[in-house]
Amino acid sequence: MSHDSAHAIPIETTTGLDSRKLAIWAFIGSECLFFASLISTYLVYKGKSLVGPFPHEAWTSPTGQEFEPILQIPLVTTGTALLLFSSFFVVMALAGAQRGDRRALLGWLGATIFCGVFFVGMQVYEFYHFVHEGLGYTTNLFGSTFYTLTGFHGTHVTIGLIWLLTIWILGLRGKLPPDKSLNLEIAALYWHFVDVVWIVIFPVVYLMR
Amino acid sequence: MATTAVEQPHPHSGAHARATGVWSWITTVDHKRIGILYGVTAFFFFLLGGLEALLMRWQLGAPDNTFVSPDVYNQLFTMHGTTMIFLGVMPLSAMFFNFMIPLQIGARDVAFPRLNAFSYWVFLVGGLLLNSSFLLNAAPNAGWFGYANLTSKQFSPGLNVDFWVIGLQILGVASLAAAVNFFVTIVNLRCHGMRMMRMPMFVWMSLITQVLLLLAFPVITVALILLMVDRFFGTSFFIPAGGGDPVLWQHLFWIFGHPEVYILILPAFGIISEILPVFSRKPLFGYAAMVFSGALIAFLGFGVWSHHMFATGMGPVADTVFGLATMLIAIPTGVKIFNWIGTVWGGSLRLKTPMYFALGFIAMFIIGGLSGIMHSVPPADLQQTDTYFVVAHFHYVLFGGSVLALLGGAYYWFPKMFGRVLGEGLGKLHFWLTFIGMNLTFFPMHFLGLNGMPRRVYTYPEGLGFELWNRIETAGSLVLGASFLVFIYNIIRSRHHIAPADPWEGGTLEWSIPSPPQEFNFPALPTVYSRDPLWEQRRTHGAAPEPTRVSGQGIHLPNPSFWPIVTALGIAVFFVGFLLGVNLWVILAGGGITALGIFSWAFEPAG
Amino acid sequence: MNEQAATAHEKPHPGTAVYIKIALTLFLLTALEVGAYEVARSGAPAGLAAVVGPLIVEILLLLSAVKFALVAMFYMHLKQDSKIFSSVFVFPIIIAAIILFALLALFWYLGIQHP
Repeated sequence: MSHDSAHAIPIETTTGLDSRKLAIWAFIGSECLFFASLISTYLVYKGKSLVGPFPHEAWTSPTGQEFEPILQIPLVTTGTALLLFSSFFVVMALAGAQRGDRRALLGWLGATIFCGVFFVGMQVYEFYHFVHEGLGYTTNLFGSTFYTLTGFHGTHVTIGLIWLLTIWILGLRGKLPPDKSLNLEIAALYWHFVDVVWIVIFPVVYLMR
Repeated sequence: MATTAVEQPHPHSGAHARATGVWSWITTVDHKRIGILYGVTAFFFFLLGGLEALLMRWQLGAPDNTFVSPDVYNQLFTMHGTTMIFLGVMPLSAMFFNFMIPLQIGARDVAFPRLNAFSYWVFLVGGLLLNSSFLLNAAPNAGWFGYANLTSKQFSPGLNVDFWVIGLQILGVASLAAAVNFFVTIVNLRCHGMRMMRMPMFVWMSLITQVLLLLAFPVITVALILLMVDRFFGTSFFIPAGGGDPVLWQHLFWIFGHPEVYILILPAFGIISEILPVFSRKPLFGYAAMVFSGALIAFLGFGVWSHHMFATGMGPVADTVFGLATMLIAIPTGVKIFNWIGTVWGGSLRLKTPMYFALGFIAMFIIGGLSGIMHSVPPADLQQTDTYFVVAHFHYVLFGGSVLALLGGAYYWFPKMFGRVLGEGLGKLHFWLTFIGMNLTFFPMHFLGLNGMPRRVYTYPEGLGFELWNRIETAGSLVLGASFLVFIYNIIRSRHHIAPADPWEGGTLEWSIPSPPQEFNFPALPTVYSRDPLWEQRRTHGAAPEPTRVSGQGIHLPNPSFWPIVTALGIAVFFVGFLLGVNLWVILAGGGITALGIFSWAFEPAG
Repeated sequence: MNEQAATAHEKPHPGTAVYIKIALTLFLLTALEVGAYEVARSGAPAGLAAVVGPLIVEILLLLSAVKFALVAMFYMHLKQDSKIFSSVFVFPIIIAAIILFALLALFWYLGIQHP
């Protein structure tokens, strides 16, 4: 989490690395197992749904209702691209913070947040659309695994957005000078991780038939 | 070793007069106090788990017994397992992580003191929530491993399994937070000169345990989430009628569960590796081999989980792979046992109480390991699984292993933690009652299991030949109960016997400071040049004088904080909202309190 | 914490030019992923589909692995920072991969189907 000033007095560390940065990497390592378990569950149940709607195939229900393949690749690809660009934007924001360029920091970080908000918005729209099209959380295994996996990812994105927004406000109030840029670096690492998880989820869920 | 600005004396901070009172404990961020909180809480839960065991043993003491109903028995064995593992052994290990790791690495505290406090409060809340289920006669009753689809809403409609799922999720948060904290602490806060291969073995085993915690707990988090949504929202992750596979639960659970047993035993290994050298007056035999075998056990531990599932029909390929991997783990484990024996061999033994427990550990753990190796052979396991043979195995490794080591650690480190020495006479009585009691209770279970008595049964009929051994086991459990009364009496009586800084002539840094330590631990952070710095000092400069208590003026310590407990309570409220039939208002309130806690914590002025 | 001193021992972070190149590469790789998907799905152009179709899983895995590595190495600065961070990240990924492949082997290939 962002710290106004976590340590009033700098503390020597054995490795010379900042403890908070080491901590976020340890946490990210742990989160790899979290998402790996969710992705494994998705893959184990892939193709095992007893009823539709299905991700990539059309389906006619026993009552004669017809369903198109439910995934919308163009929309999600756009969201994916934006999330990727947001990683670029946040790295530029960090560079700005590290050299004390407040305008660069606020501009690039603002762009990052915008991309993230769009991504979450895309997902919310996607979920709403799917439910409308007949894919509920309990409809079939695809629905359960899809919503759980992408839902938890989306939750992580949202938490990241709140974190980045908090830092953006700190930056606006002039409270993010270069010697406090580690706060942004740590949030950025979390943000990149969330992006990297989507880099795996996108092909696994949307592109693999 | 890289350095940055070194700690400067700060004119406005200093050793506060040792604060007392409930508020100082609620807001403490001192690792020593948090360690004591963990210890007292965990000891209480351990006794509760022991009571559950005694009730079970009383029920099983005679055939066709009606002391407790089947439903109560199910709650007892479920809570006994869950309590002993998550509320007993793990937090007792956490007590030692908290108290001893900073001292052994020459640090003033852990890397994140408030996160440390947070872990404790979340643990407390989780343990209380889990046990509050008894008040509703709805304690978890589907086993500590919660096999699907017994745990589905259809077959477990009551609140029991909900309490289990929610309770474990909360406890998982505590474990993960603590794991991040101790991982960073051990990597980053070692004193000058303490290279990784100079750390005390307890610190090494603890480090490996933190890595296991970080990697294993997310998996059970996912498993519990899937079970939770099955129960609360009607998904079919583990429900065959909806296309789900109950065996997936077993996979996810045991992918966590097997590393979990190494989480339970590695700290114990570390404690034994501390005690044996001191009481043999010899350095630990094969330090590097001990490090690498510990790391290898942890790594291989991720590849054996389905040995808990040999009876689920995975097929010969899977059975073979997991059987072989399980046998492989015996090798680094054997290395450790031989190295412990090598430590004692030729040593000048001092048979004090910690040494009794350590030697007892070696013998009992070997027995537990032998029955474990028998399980690694799938055809043999098909006979042994779900019988009392398995119960014998894991009690030998968990009681004869973890608990004996924790008790040894308690006798070893009690003087340091509380400034009092536990009585030797009472200690030896405690040991013998424990040793005799545990063997009476658990050894006959090998016979019962091979003779066909199943596990998890509330009674058995007459005439199957189970009566004699069950009666002996019940008698043994009473001896074990008595042993704990002796221990408690020993603790109470110890208040008369003041401890010096170094009652055992130890080699590691914790013995160089007063007992109990002052708030700042070390007046000046030490520099080490060997694995056993105090022995090194003894060799070159003779025995050190009793360290005096100094003022600590100018030493900067982190401020106490109220936000860890607030955040912990927020998490509790959030999860309780699910227990209350997914009450959105309570869930949102919990989320709000958690967010308030986190933001306040983040923006708290630094001390 | 004095961040400048802490990172003084690590290599300097890359400049804007590198970041832009990585961003464009990521975009291109994503386009390739979606392209491969489209070719495999629609079966056209026929020659390309015959190659891409059966290998679609491997192609997607490879492309996403490259993207993953690029973000990790350059945006998360693993290439320039201390190797300790890389170890802390890579080890869990190895364990995660072992678990994932083991579960897939158990459920997809060894045919443990439970009704």
